[in-house]
Amino acid sequence: MKKSLLAQMIGAAFMMSAGAASAQFTDDSVRIGVLTDMSGIYSAVEGPGALLAAQMAVEDFGGKVLGKEIIITSADTQSKADLSGSQAREMIDRDKVDVLMGNVSTSSALAAMEVADQRKKIAFVTGAASLPITNERCNPYTVHYVYDTYALAHGTASAVVAGGKKSWFFVTADYAFGHTLQRDASSVVNANGGKVLGSVAHPIKTTDFASYLAQAQSSGAEVIALANAGGDTIGSVKQAAELGIMGSKQTVVPLLMFTSDIRALGLRETQGMNFTVGWYWDFSDANRDFSKRFMTRFKNVAPTSVQAGVYSATMNYLKAVQATKTDDSDKVMAYLKATPIDDGLFKGVIRADGKFEHDMYLLQVKSPKESKNRNDIATVARVLPAAEGSLPLADSKCYLVTGKKPS
Amino acid sequence: MFELLGISPQALTSQLLIGLINGSFYALLSLGLAVIFGLLNVINFTHGALYMLGAMFTWIGLTQLGSWIGMPELEVPYLLALVLVPLIVGVMSIVIEKTMLKRLYHLDHLYGLLLTFGLALVIEGLFRHWFGALGNSYPVPDMFRGGMRVAELFIPWYRLWVVGVALLLCFATWYFIERTKLGSLLRAGTENPRLLQALGVNVPLIITLTYGAGCALAAFAGVLAAPIYQVTATMGSELIIVVFAVVVIGGMGSIAGSIITGLSLGVIEGLTKVFYPQASSVSIFVIMIIVLLLKPAGLFGKVR
Repeated sequence: MKKSLLAQMIGAAFMMSAGAASAQFTDDSVRIGVLTDMSGIYSAVEGPGALLAAQMAVEDFGGKVLGKEIIITSADTQSKADLSGSQAREMIDRDKVDVLMGNVSTSSALAAMEVADQRKKIAFVTGAASLPITNERCNPYTVHYVYDTYALAHGTASAVVAGGKKSWFFVTADYAFGHTLQRDASSVVNANGGKVLGSVAHPIKTTDFASYLAQAQSSGAEVIALANAGGDTIGSVKQAAELGIMGSKQTVVPLLMFTSDIRALGLRETQGMNFTVGWYWDFSDANRDFSKRFMTRFKNVAPTSVQAGVYSATMNYLKAVQATKTDDSDKVMAYLKATPIDDGLFKGVIRADGKFEHDMYLLQVKSPKESKNRNDIATVARVLPAAEGSLPLADSKCYLVTGKKPS
Repeated sequence: MFELLGISPQALTSQLLIGLINGSFYALLSLGLAVIFGLLNVINFTHGALYMLGAMFTWIGLTQLGSWIGMPELEVPYLLALVLVPLIVGVMSIVIEKTMLKRLYHLDHLYGLLLTFGLALVIEGLFRHWFGALGNSYPVPDMFRGGMRVAELFIPWYRLWVVGVALLLCFATWYFIERTKLGSLLRAGTENPRLLQALGVNVPLIITLTYGAGCALAAFAGVLAAPIYQVTATMGSELIIVVFAVVVIGGMGSIAGSIITGLSLGVIEGLTKVFYPQASSVSIFVIMIIVLLLKPAGLFGKVR
């Protein structure tokens, strides 16, 4: 009896020392959860391409960090908030994931962020756009990586107003994201001496935009701005072309658009259009090198800004883990916020509110003649300096900045 | 009065026209559903998927087919697609009827509904897998490019063509079923199939062909829709719910009812988009609730 007690004590002592040596890593590995829309409306923006990007980052990192295996799991949210929340919970509680990557629509991002916050796990939001992610709804464990509605509004709207198009009419998706985008863009238009003549709100997932576009047309505004996303933007652009708005004295300006949307629409109807992205594959040699490697494994489709963001976020997360020698979220996050990022694809700093502040790019869609292949769709018309595309911290409503924690 | 509404009479006219265009899609689709329900007693949930197939095949014919069969220059033009695609989809649906649906006629409606719903999910999932979630853009055929100005609004020729051809087809279908000898056989088949068979009419054949024709109507609407809407795997399921509401409002199985309600609901929805845009996606369902409360069999339906 005494012997066994002694043996137990010795055993316990061994376990404690072993525990002390590896306490830095939960379950002896680093687990990354790619939580994205694999099959729904935003799957082309992020989806399977984001999973590939994360895998490429892990391979480029060497598959291991400090001798610990890096494991990737993924789940399909279909861009539905309820699914996103429950899958984030499963990933963290059951699969023991240390970090979430992805989250392509605002509602699903907010759901996953909340789950991660409660469990003190880091969430990199790469796909969703709304400013509140790092503003009203910010939390200490979120990094908003690629872009937000503030950057979109400032990138596109200020360039268009500066180009002499002063009167605006908004076709807005009738939910939080659309109204945020319209509000942000309107203030840019007004601040630059332009004028908003009116707006019309349409329900999400509308099929026919003719009626709304006709209202925009008869407003006489020089700019018809689309404050919507995904299938709604594609539908409105396509029908604007069909209704003869393209090539008239009115310009259609999509405030949120991805290169994948342009691919789906074709250049014939979108040529000359301006839109803002956080990253473009054909901008620099480093971007092209990454894209070339990506394309050979992804049906020759160039990565979207969001997919490149997932690669960069995964890479920099792993670097932070390596530097801090732990997968403890608080320590990794402190390192991330203290260390500027410059990995060839993205360059900037992660601010106190969690926004990754970096340059944005105003693109102009090429004409079918200029385009050499299906990926060659735009030129970079202007590089938007990081500060111009980010909400000034002085105006932030994030409690990590103001110090006033919401009750 | 127009000042009070905040819209000029010209703008109102053109908005009504836009509503009519959507209405003609509703009418074409609900007509197919009504024909199938009226004669087969099947609630055909594959209708939306077949409409999508119509648009998808049209796009494939123009852009993909050539390179698939080793003739990159081959393009199936729009007008040819308008004839061919409904035939192909019609034949496909006849196969569905012969191999699957036929076995369910003696069971409750619900089984047919479940089968067709499941099929729709499978078809949609396959096409999303093959062609992506964002879909592809089909250009407006060159012969229909341009349009005319109504007041300050631009009405493309293509949309006028859609209204014209849809109305013509609706009328032709109604005339065929309600006014011709063959149509009377169809109707007799729904009333008393046994008696009709005893008189030497091949009733199963009539049923099969009717199903094929109803589905071909959906594909026809799909071809018409391809140049207007983005061709995606989910385009059918987004529309089908509204179309079912139209059928319910018109009265299940009533052919004239589905045409008239299809068109008028398109117009009503169009007006909501002007006066209270936020409500446009629910307006049809509000009307459905009201109609069901007041007239449970639908506006033109007969109580069975």
